[in-house]
Amino acid sequence: MTRINPMKPSERMKIPRQEPLEQGASERIENFLEVSYGFDADRSIVEAQRCLECTKPICIDGCPVEIDIPGFIELVLQKDFAGAARKIREANYLPAICGRVCPQETQCEELCVLGKKLTPVAIGKLERFVADFETEHNLFELPLIAERRPEKVAIVGSGPAGLTCAAELARMGYAVTIFEALHDVGGVLRYGIPEFRLPKRILDLEADRVRALGVEIHTNFVVGRTAAIDEFFDEWGFAAVFLATGAGSPMFMGIPGEQLIGVYSANEFLTRVNLMGAWRFPHHDTPIRVGRNVAVIGGGNTAMDAVRTARRLGAERAMLIYRRSRQEMPARIEEIHHAEEEGIELLLLTNPVQILGDERGQVRALECMRMELGEPDESGRRRPVVIEGSEFVLEVETVIEAIGQLPNPIIQATTPGLETGRRGIVKTDGTQRTSRPGIFAGGDLARGGATAILAMRDGKKAAAGIHRYLQDSRLGERPQEQTTS
Amino acid sequence: MHMFPILSSRRLAPSIVEFRIDAPLIARKRKPGNFIMVRIDETGERIPLTIADSDETTITVIVQAVGKTTHALCAMEAGDTLRDVVGPLGTPTPIRTYGDVACIGGGVGTAELYPIAQALHEAGNRVHTIIGGRTRELVILEDEMRQHSATLQVTTDDGSYGQRGLVTDALRSLMEGETHLEAVYAIGPMSMMKAVADMTRESAIHTVVSLNTIMVDGTGMCGGCRVTVGGQMKFACVDGPEFDAHSVDFDELIMRSRTYAEQEREAHERHLCKLAEAGREAER
Repeated sequence: MTRINPMKPSERMKIPRQEPLEQGASERIENFLEVSYGFDADRSIVEAQRCLECTKPICIDGCPVEIDIPGFIELVLQKDFAGAARKIREANYLPAICGRVCPQETQCEELCVLGKKLTPVAIGKLERFVADFETEHNLFELPLIAERRPEKVAIVGSGPAGLTCAAELARMGYAVTIFEALHDVGGVLRYGIPEFRLPKRILDLEADRVRALGVEIHTNFVVGRTAAIDEFFDEWGFAAVFLATGAGSPMFMGIPGEQLIGVYSANEFLTRVNLMGAWRFPHHDTPIRVGRNVAVIGGGNTAMDAVRTARRLGAERAMLIYRRSRQEMPARIEEIHHAEEEGIELLLLTNPVQILGDERGQVRALECMRMELGEPDESGRRRPVVIEGSEFVLEVETVIEAIGQLPNPIIQATTPGLETGRRGIVKTDGTQRTSRPGIFAGGDLARGGATAILAMRDGKKAAAGIHRYLQDSRLGERPQEQTTS
Repeated sequence: MHMFPILSSRRLAPSIVEFRIDAPLIARKRKPGNFIMVRIDETGERIPLTIADSDETTITVIVQAVGKTTHALCAMEAGDTLRDVVGPLGTPTPIRTYGDVACIGGGVGTAELYPIAQALHEAGNRVHTIIGGRTRELVILEDEMRQHSATLQVTTDDGSYGQRGLVTDALRSLMEGETHLEAVYAIGPMSMMKAVADMTRESAIHTVVSLNTIMVDGTGMCGGCRVTVGGQMKFACVDGPEFDAHSVDFDELIMRSRTYAEQEREAHERHLCKLAEAGREAER
């Protein structure tokens, strides 16, 4: 690689990390527009100059889909922003999405050498900038598609795992059809992540680029109901199937009062707003109820999305209730930071014990206990322990439970021989193979709740696994037995 | 974009319309007890509708105009298209041969009951049908139900047709008579299903109800349809919609069904205003 940055490492290290412009907190709680405006070209170039161009770029090790990070940063320095986007797309077909929702601070940026003493290169913001630049200037070019192969592959679910797997296989020349249960494409990117973090127009664009590869997306199709997996093989002529239906089934705490009016799963609350447009009720038909005081239970990104959405829908007091302390919160630091700016109250070391209702069955309060941290549990985090006698009551009209989701059970129940483990999670090996030949699985369906980027990694691995499986099948060989990766 | 054409519509009552929809994939898989989710247009909500009948390529649903979406739907006719239709959803009705079975339909619930009565009849059961409505025009599918019934009674609250009274009055006389009922299927308003459940509980007659709950996706994702059955939380869309009537917590269900009463009124009134406005525009 020819180095075009003439600056010495010591000079590069003097450049402060560039920060993106953002919509002000008081303004943004009144709308659903994107919080971060991202970088412009100048800021991107300055930020790219900070990269030390390590001989062994360990940032790539932190990237689940192994983007050539120094490679694309080099192109940013050369002001070839569209080239940089193309470089990313070689490894990750959805850069405009990942640039927005990936937890870079615990992945590529966490490993960045600069971060040891200073602050890491803002890789995520650079990724977002080049992807947006490519779109704004209409510079997207369809990648090369290999010669058409005869086999058809079915992908179940159009979330990050499904879209990625589809793009990979389509580029290899396979005929790919995605089956999506909802009426719109994107899975959790559509129903889960709010507009202010990932605008739907970005998602639509990226999905259109998957379609442009020749991928067909069949919406309103519930696999296991509209057709079973076995019919895909026997009647529809598919040679392999990738299951990526995510973890869409909400869990509830099991405390008294969960049936009261005003109690939501985060899934329902966010689906009403994000997929159905309830934030535009009555212009959109789907209603939603948001009280003046809203409590969201949980400490992950879904809880953050729900509480910040509630704030935007008019909650004067929007609270996040989490039973451990700030250090244990699984949410991204950036989201916690944004939430606090927006006036979200974090009630840490607090655990709800019951929801109280009025005579009409509507939520009026949430009773909680204070917690303290004890010994580490099996997850390695310190176990929260109830402080006896610490009950207190919060007046709220809306309670949203964001304590996690499980895989939707329909496919497991309608696919004989598909092995599942704990909580209906589909068992896979290192190449995403399930217990059934020709059926692969990935994303939250095979992991429980995780991130979009890990789902995308599974999608890529599954595409490679499916390719190998189909090649072996064509050669008349039996698919290889259990391999490790 | 694939859309779902309405092939025909038939008004069964002033506020109840039957639609035949072109949906070959759903028609092919559909079983009694299944439902679909429908979205009329881009800004629409998703509503569950039970599949009343099907042939090789079409499905039939019967809709009563209650809120904004159902009013808009009931104004549609052959040639119109629905933006989204997905299904068949829910767990199908397990059909067994019991012997004597009562099938009780209240109002538009009779439409949901029809395929079940048909399947029970075809499985060799003697079907005793009771259909009721507030008034004569809300009694639907009498002829269709009769084809699958050993006996059929009609009740109306106001006595305008059949016997004056409630379906439970007719059920009581059926239970007190010669017939030994082995099972009861009841579909209709929540209060009706609750009353039927209360009546058959003492004699421990196996009783099944189909619950029409709040739903967003209809595939187990939102949890809005959660009901307490036998002290456990169940999702009507995937675990149901049919449940053992004696285990369902109806009071809770009735309470929850009022969640969006205010918003539904607002949306409906706004819809009526718009229609009136459109009417005035057309007159000009």
